[in-house]
Amino acid sequence: MPKRTDIKKILLIGSGPIVIGQACEFDYSGTQACKALREEGYEVVLVNSNPATIMTDPETADKTYIEPLTAEFVEKIIVLEKPDAILPTLGGQTGLNLAVDLWEKGILQKYNVEMLGANYEVIKKAEDRKQFKMVCLSIGLDLPKSAFAYNLEEANKAVDEIGLPCIIRSSFTLGGTGGSIVTNRDEFEMKARLGIESSIISEILIEESIEGWKEYELEVMRDKKDNVVIVCSIENLDAMGVHTGDSITVAPAQTLTDREYQRMRDQSLALIRAIGVETGGSNIQFAVHPRTGRMVVIEMNPRVSRSSALASKATGFPIAKFAAKLAVGYTLDEIQNDITRETPASFEPTIDYCVVKIPRFTFEKFPEAKDILGIQMKSVGETMAIGRTFKEALQKGLRGLEIHHIGFDNKMDYRFVDDDKMMHRLREPNASRIFYMKYALQKGLSVEKVSELTRVDIWFIAQMQQLVVFEREMIKEFEQTKSLNAVTLRKAKEWGFSDAQLAEIMGMAEIAVRTMRKDMGIVATFKVVDTCAAEFEAYTPYFYSTYETEDEAILQNEKISREKKGPRRKIMILGGGPNRIGQGIEFDYCCCHAAFALKERGFETIMVNSNPETVSTDYDTSDRLYFEPLTFEDVMNIMDVEKPEGVIVQFGGQTPLNLARRLQQAGVPIIGTSVDSIDVAENRERFAALLNELKIAQPANATATTIDDAVVAASRVGYPVLVRPSYVLGGRAMRIVYDEETILMFIEEIADVSRGHPILIDKFIEDALEVDVDAISDGHDVYVAGVMEHIENAGIHSGDSACVLPPHTLSEEILVEIKESTRRIALALKVVGLLNIQFAVKGEKVFVLEVNPRASRTVPFVSKAIGIPLAKMAARIMAGETLSDFPNLPDINHLKQVAVKECVLPFSRFSGVDIILGPEMKSTGEVMGLAPTFGAAFAKSQVAANSGLPKKGSVFISVNENDKRHIAFMAKRLHDLGFKIYATKGTAKVLRSSGVTTVIADKTGEGEHNILTLLARNEINLIINTPSGKKSQSDMRSIRSASIRHAVPCITTLQGAWAAVHGIEASLKEGFTVMSLQEYYK
Amino acid sequence: MKHAVIYLEDGTIFRGTSLGAHGESGGEVVFNTALCGYQEVLTDPSYAGQIVTMTYPLIGNYGINEEDLESDKIHVKGFIVKEFCRTHSNYRATKSLIQYLDENRILAIEGVDTRALTRHLRIAGAMKGLISTEDVDPASLKAKLAKIPSMDGADWVKEVAPQKAYVWPVQGQKKYKVVVMDCGIKRNILREMAALGIECHVVPPTMSSAEILAMGADGIFLSSGPGDPAAVTYVIQTVRELIGKTPIFGICLGNQMIGHALGGTTYKLKFGHHGSNHPVKDLETGRISITSQNHGFCVDIKSLDPASVEAIHVNLNDQSVEGLRHKKFPLFSVQYHPEAAPGPNDAKYLFGKFTDMMDKFKNA
Repeated sequence: MPKRTDIKKILLIGSGPIVIGQACEFDYSGTQACKALREEGYEVVLVNSNPATIMTDPETADKTYIEPLTAEFVEKIIVLEKPDAILPTLGGQTGLNLAVDLWEKGILQKYNVEMLGANYEVIKKAEDRKQFKMVCLSIGLDLPKSAFAYNLEEANKAVDEIGLPCIIRSSFTLGGTGGSIVTNRDEFEMKARLGIESSIISEILIEESIEGWKEYELEVMRDKKDNVVIVCSIENLDAMGVHTGDSITVAPAQTLTDREYQRMRDQSLALIRAIGVETGGSNIQFAVHPRTGRMVVIEMNPRVSRSSALASKATGFPIAKFAAKLAVGYTLDEIQNDITRETPASFEPTIDYCVVKIPRFTFEKFPEAKDILGIQMKSVGETMAIGRTFKEALQKGLRGLEIHHIGFDNKMDYRFVDDDKMMHRLREPNASRIFYMKYALQKGLSVEKVSELTRVDIWFIAQMQQLVVFEREMIKEFEQTKSLNAVTLRKAKEWGFSDAQLAEIMGMAEIAVRTMRKDMGIVATFKVVDTCAAEFEAYTPYFYSTYETEDEAILQNEKISREKKGPRRKIMILGGGPNRIGQGIEFDYCCCHAAFALKERGFETIMVNSNPETVSTDYDTSDRLYFEPLTFEDVMNIMDVEKPEGVIVQFGGQTPLNLARRLQQAGVPIIGTSVDSIDVAENRERFAALLNELKIAQPANATATTIDDAVVAASRVGYPVLVRPSYVLGGRAMRIVYDEETILMFIEEIADVSRGHPILIDKFIEDALEVDVDAISDGHDVYVAGVMEHIENAGIHSGDSACVLPPHTLSEEILVEIKESTRRIALALKVVGLLNIQFAVKGEKVFVLEVNPRASRTVPFVSKAIGIPLAKMAARIMAGETLSDFPNLPDINHLKQVAVKECVLPFSRFSGVDIILGPEMKSTGEVMGLAPTFGAAFAKSQVAANSGLPKKGSVFISVNENDKRHIAFMAKRLHDLGFKIYATKGTAKVLRSSGVTTVIADKTGEGEHNILTLLARNEINLIINTPSGKKSQSDMRSIRSASIRHAVPCITTLQGAWAAVHGIEASLKEGFTVMSLQEYYK
Repeated sequence: MKHAVIYLEDGTIFRGTSLGAHGESGGEVVFNTALCGYQEVLTDPSYAGQIVTMTYPLIGNYGINEEDLESDKIHVKGFIVKEFCRTHSNYRATKSLIQYLDENRILAIEGVDTRALTRHLRIAGAMKGLISTEDVDPASLKAKLAKIPSMDGADWVKEVAPQKAYVWPVQGQKKYKVVVMDCGIKRNILREMAALGIECHVVPPTMSSAEILAMGADGIFLSSGPGDPAAVTYVIQTVRELIGKTPIFGICLGNQMIGHALGGTTYKLKFGHHGSNHPVKDLETGRISITSQNHGFCVDIKSLDPASVEAIHVNLNDQSVEGLRHKKFPLFSVQYHPEAAPGPNDAKYLFGKFTDMMDKFKNA
């Protein structure tokens, strides 16, 4: 059946900002979908609020709207564009929810927009728990047993049927919805009674507990002719009870017999048909009882998901691309498998390797939150590793996590781990449990015991045990022979031991291990990911390393050399590895752009990355993809095979930059800004000397290597000071310190992070304006592409601060000074490529805070704001072109649009964490508001960041002493706009004396007009609450956390409040309009 | 642990280590791309005379259980993998794969770059190979390998077929009686038929058409099995005599023998189809099934009379014919395995098609 010709224009919804649980995998899927649909001749209209995406590049879709993902804005786009259809299944849960909202509001029906892939009824059937259960039962699928009960008698009857342990959830309670697990009858009766009492409708749900069961996931695709295929099976290492996103997962499923697997497959087919997903991908989760084999369905996502991105990367089968083609009417057999070029997509991929995905956590950023894992996802990124065996893939994955582990190693600090703690850490799922498993096995705990405690299947633990036993044998062999023989070394490499691990065993340098094994002929070989286990010839160059006899990367390179006329020019791009706070999609965006630009210029591009969520690890992005950990060893192995003329380390964030020096020492040709210049920028003393020479001001600063040094330095510089370790990104372990006592504590704390790098101490300039600059230099000339004025004052990490481009309060003189300083610094550092500088402006004085001679987090934002792909330009310049090759670059002074970047914070995931911003970055993602005025752009950015500003209602204001004199004017404007003003006593006094009618709110816990009760009664629509000094009062803190619970925007800086007032004014007076990037750039 | 070599007909040598068994064993080397189902593969009689390498590198993860055996013994001549699992995990497992291989004295080799071996077979085609734990001298290995018979023209059916007839009991109410010509059948074929109310009268493939017809069955089933179909002339002759007289359904070797009986020929595929992921289109319904496959030969559709025979299934990977139908007589057959085991159950409907055919014939 050919594609549909009755639809011409398709609206695609993206997934918005990166948040926990929804990351760049939806940029990958959306970008694939855009490409696929345009390939078929459809006009694609895209909407997404996240500028740091490849999908929002103006080249990706025909019309690109960077607008908030709400029904209000999408309706405006629909009115303007009149699409025939909407594709809601590729933008994650956000896209799906938005489509449902558009349908429920009648907007899609009103404008006659058809839902492709999954319609409203289908989405409801899959997402509504009651409907889903009915569908499952109707086709004979087993589910965890459950029943509703309205009194104790019914509850007792239900639990007889369901059995213990079970979960009791109370329906419609005030606050808190979490269920509780009960294990015995007495406890059951008590909790059941309590649950019935606390429920407004006296209803409890009693559910069979399946915690500890084995968890599986199947990726399913269906076409309109009802052909269904399973793309991939995934088995979770962590048992039920840990969110899949937080589990270590393995593909394919390891411990199912064919008969059990086929049963799961049959049920998946039956379910996707019964739910009625017409076309596209879905994933279905199952749980299997480890001893009885009973299998139950857990849930289904009727859309492309994080797991489908993983499945695509794990198999080479591009789910999103095919989902888009199926949505417009193709059937699976009409779509060709790009990898084999001769077989159709209507097959099931088979793989001849093992894939391990490991989540990356970021609890260190939220010290108040426990690193306990449960049913709510907490990880911010993931890495995937491919090996011929599970052992190899696990070790590669662990070193690819970039958390200073070099494999399934002994790097965890066990000094304070007694047996009790060990047992506890095994039993309770947590972020470092995998290393506790290693420790326990090493200490002699049996495989069975570790499996029993962790509920991790014995198969996985036995595999780990093999590594532990072999490591012990290696240590023994080394003790006896003072070396390791070739047979041992080869086995070690086959089992994934890194050179660094072997170096520890043999007490030598990592590089010496490398030389030693290469001399023995033990070298990495590369295999192809080809969807078919070598049954057909593969044309797609997607490689992973292992230790085998045949190297297909060499074979493929030889073939290219034979076929290609003329010289080959190769450039390798090092990616950013797993997402983390401070290093995410923005850097992947830059890496992709480098590949696109250099490909266009005739280079062969080689991508190295280990993050399965990304566009960079799409095998279409570069000429050759190496899915490998970003470590010295793994990169050098690829160097040996590819021998590129240049390697780009500037684009992948801190990850490749941290490798740069070692790579250069090993003879790797790093292009762009030299490693030495990077060092000048990162080395405080060299940098201070440079600025001195250039006569550019910076805050007083010092470097310290010991605690004593630090204390002396801090008092010399003068408090408050900003303290941080060098060579980190995202303000990791950075803090503003006001006194000696705190500095002592803090340095102790960060010892783990700084790892021997010096500690940097800067004078903190209070109440300064912060400015971010992105520029490009070719070594002779400099283009200042973007000057961004932060909304929040200096002291809040630039990643967490909203900013506006072009700057709207800076004077012309200051702007000129900033540009000139940027130019001089770039030339002095001989920057070739991108450069980012942060300035602080206090009055008329400009200080340089820091210089980063690399791609910055703001490159995609600036690129979208000014309409110039900076990363592409920079890549070409690094490969030898000059700025003069790029005529007609826009001047930021003459933009017709204002762009505001706003960050998105993950606080709701970490209970008990204060939401105050500081120098340590905490946001996971960003959105962009684009409009003709600052107010409208800011208001849009707030809507897009899910903290939309109210248009009417009440505002609660409580500010610190310093801010009081500034707040009156804002409060007055809010009042004039029709808002009712509540304030704490002190603040109210100031406001009233300025003539603002203010209601005094009671103190927390007193009276019924206290802020917490007002919030609970939905009587507050906006909170302005600036913290007082260095200590935040505890009731202020409870206000802020209440604001999160009730989803009321809470502004914690004066500048933010000021911007909000502008935004509210703009949205009331101007209203919102939408416009595509293509229109803006005209 | 003992070093082992795999010497291929074209002189290529792969190395690995033997699990336990010592000695030498030769046969045609084929690769199977299924991710799981090693137990079914090992016990499928169709693999007689072949050395099997699994493309999935981790084999033995879920051990061995009694229920998933496809016959009463291992039929492969040798088993080559990347890594055998030391500690299996599955609630049904009764022993480890290693133990099972050991009990059956199968030469099982691990530590082999099985992807390289697979690529080699794909590029050069299936070929004979010899596994040895005793000999490393290429010249003598070559000489020994020369004595191993080629798959072409070899009748392996007689090695695996039963000597005596037996009845596989029906499950539930008996609705049909079918004579099953066992050329190396898999138990799951019998299980699937039994579940549909078919009482299977399993007979040796040497039984004559007259004897078969005398049994008064509702239909005849031709089983899968090993070797070159062209060599099983005695069955082909019997089938020729049965066509038109009673409903006939054939699977795999059964399909190939029907092809011959209808006057056609078979040819050897370059490296065969062995796996659980082959897309096959049913040309009568347009539906695609993901199928389990295990065959090295294929019916040449051009050799058959288009007036009486038509292809009803086609493999979407290489467009090879995967099923035949007689235009006049009650007869159809498929090249792949609707009984799965291992593999997807998508094509189970074919057993229903067989009972429909028997119903129609009975009522005609």
